Amino acid sequence: MSTLKLIGKQQLKLIESLSNAVGVSGDEGEIRAIVMRELKDCADEIKIDPLGNVLVTHHSTDKHALKVMLAAHMDEVGFMVVEIDEEGYCRFETVGGIDIRYFPAKTVIVGKDHLPGVIGVKAVHLTQESERKTTMALESLRIDLGPDMAKKLKLGDRGTFATKFRKVGASLFGKALDDRLGVAVLIELVKNAPKNIELQVAFTVQEEVGARGARVAAYRFNPDIAFAIDCTPAMDFPVWDEQENTLYNTKLGHGPAFYVADAGTLSDPRLIRFLKSTAEKEEIPYQIRQPGAGGTDASAIHRQRSGIPSVSVSIPHRYTHSPILVARVEDLENTLRLLCATLSNIDRSILSGTR
Amino acid sequence: MANRTGDNGMKSLIQKLVETTGPSGYETVIREVIQNEINPEKGEVDALGNLIVRKGDKLAGGYRIMLAAHMDEIGLIASHVDENGFIRFNSIGGVRPHHLLGGRVRFMNGAEGVIGGDRLENQEKVHSLENLYIDAGFENEKTSTVKVGDVAGFVRPFLVLGNRLVAKSMDDRIGVAVLIEVLKQFKTSQHEVVFVFSTQEEVGLRGATTAAYGVDPDLGISVDVTLTGDTPKSSRMAVSLGKGPAIKVRDSGMISDPRVVRWMVQAAEKGKIPFQREILEGGSTDARVMQITRAGVPAGCVSIPCRYVHSPSEMVDYRDVQNSVKLILELIREPIHLERF
Repeated sequence: MSTLKLIGKQQLKLIESLSNAVGVSGDEGEIRAIVMRELKDCADEIKIDPLGNVLVTHHSTDKHALKVMLAAHMDEVGFMVVEIDEEGYCRFETVGGIDIRYFPAKTVIVGKDHLPGVIGVKAVHLTQESERKTTMALESLRIDLGPDMAKKLKLGDRGTFATKFRKVGASLFGKALDDRLGVAVLIELVKNAPKNIELQVAFTVQEEVGARGARVAAYRFNPDIAFAIDCTPAMDFPVWDEQENTLYNTKLGHGPAFYVADAGTLSDPRLIRFLKSTAEKEEIPYQIRQPGAGGTDASAIHRQRSGIPSVSVSIPHRYTHSPILVARVEDLENTLRLLCATLSNIDRSILSGTR
Repeated sequence: MANRTGDNGMKSLIQKLVETTGPSGYETVIREVIQNEINPEKGEVDALGNLIVRKGDKLAGGYRIMLAAHMDEIGLIASHVDENGFIRFNSIGGVRPHHLLGGRVRFMNGAEGVIGGDRLENQEKVHSLENLYIDAGFENEKTSTVKVGDVAGFVRPFLVLGNRLVAKSMDDRIGVAVLIEVLKQFKTSQHEVVFVFSTQEEVGLRGATTAAYGVDPDLGISVDVTLTGDTPKSSRMAVSLGKGPAIKVRDSGMISDPRVVRWMVQAAEKGKIPFQREILEGGSTDARVMQITRAGVPAGCVSIPCRYVHSPSEMVDYRDVQNSVKLILELIREPIHLERF
């Protein structure tokens, strides 16, 4: 795998198009099209399953090779239009976990044509002090598209924040980096697939609403082990009273984050140990995500059929599920390097090891 | 401790089980303890670590019965080691913070520690998890043998108070003890009996989910603890310690198959075994996921009444334990007729 190009111009261009594309849960078509375009000529098998997952298989040269599933979700959090009035105001509801405080005074894009809109707010001149201290109710917010543009919308159309991707120095700024960075990593992996394993890659749908795509993808693949490749918050900010920050989840620039426990999965200890020893051997920095809430596609995968040992590896980023996320190129590169090294060295003996 | 033939009966087995550390996802040690107990039965270990022991063949008219007791227990997981060596943590399973302060824990690598808490502005308040830490004697982060992601169980010695037995992890090592005893005493019948010592129950019945899929049973019974309503100012519940195994009618995750309930009641009456009917308003057991695996399975649960569940001092009555063994043996010995709802 030493020939692997890391994150160069071509990869950044792909990440840019993945970040700018809109794929709110249940409507992942734009992302699916990018994945299909990138991989249709380099996968042994590629298909779209009934829920819309893109399932890619890369065969091993060994018939009895370990079947390894990797999953990254194509969908992102956003909103759905639930009411349109004649003035062109749209009422909306959230899809996936968004803090509603993010919505007021933001530009958004809505529907298949990425129609631009704005979630308007009252001018400061006209508000009372008490109003400015409370969160606006979601029911009170409207997307303002103008009457002519709103005619092009349908109830049920989805949308998201109108953030354009930018690379600034070593940082990546964009919407939906959760989990388009994971999608980009898996596209690179398929293009450089190791031959020692049967590689089963799922680009999943509906993760943000409960890992629904991964559940059926795992049933179909029926793998021996699985890795969910996702993105996880870094809250490595200074604490206001200068005490030690003990609740950071992960830290930017500290490498891929391995999950031990979240609300949905207790990772298989054998897989955690294998990741750690690989990282140490290859001198790739890594971190353990602080055990706690949250969940990834692994939550659905490991419970499928008679059980699938699973672990999640996430790329740290700041400001999760907000209009703009920030990640570092080095974390992305280290995640890719780690996965390449891990997959090249893994074999059936992982399953007979003590937990 | 006395051996199995002495007056202590199952007590030395129970002590061994409850004094072993094995939080959800980290059941290797407790699984080995169980494997040693059931020797020469080996069993198989599935992808999520469930221990599965098959006894007998399914003959004409017989059932494949899955009996499940979970071997995991609630515990803690390190989330941060600070510069002075104090360990912040999160919970594994339903840990209540008010049971923690002053408690002791043991990590899987053997490190032990005590639980302390930040000074709270309002001393009347109970510490939340974020305000608690483990002091394992380390002076700084560098010398700590405990790292982020390491898992710990509670430490509390086994205690015998007459008929009452007290320990951490009675939930569900007492069910494990019952199944081990059933396994030892069970000869053969027309049924294939599959004993499952399941994993990850406390975090959402995960082990039993995949075990049930793999075993593909005709009938599923979990053996777990249930709450009681027999302590001062307890919530109202018609289950008491010492009045026999509780035959579950319903809990918040499952409605027992009425045919299974009827069959259990008849078996208890026939065997002159005391029993109680159980309706549990909060919580569920492995039977929930057995019932809805694949195309569906008739399921029920034999519960052992237990006070102070999910505290470090869970209390059961030894007579209930023995009667649970009797009831389950009675259930799997005879032909089963579940045709009519």
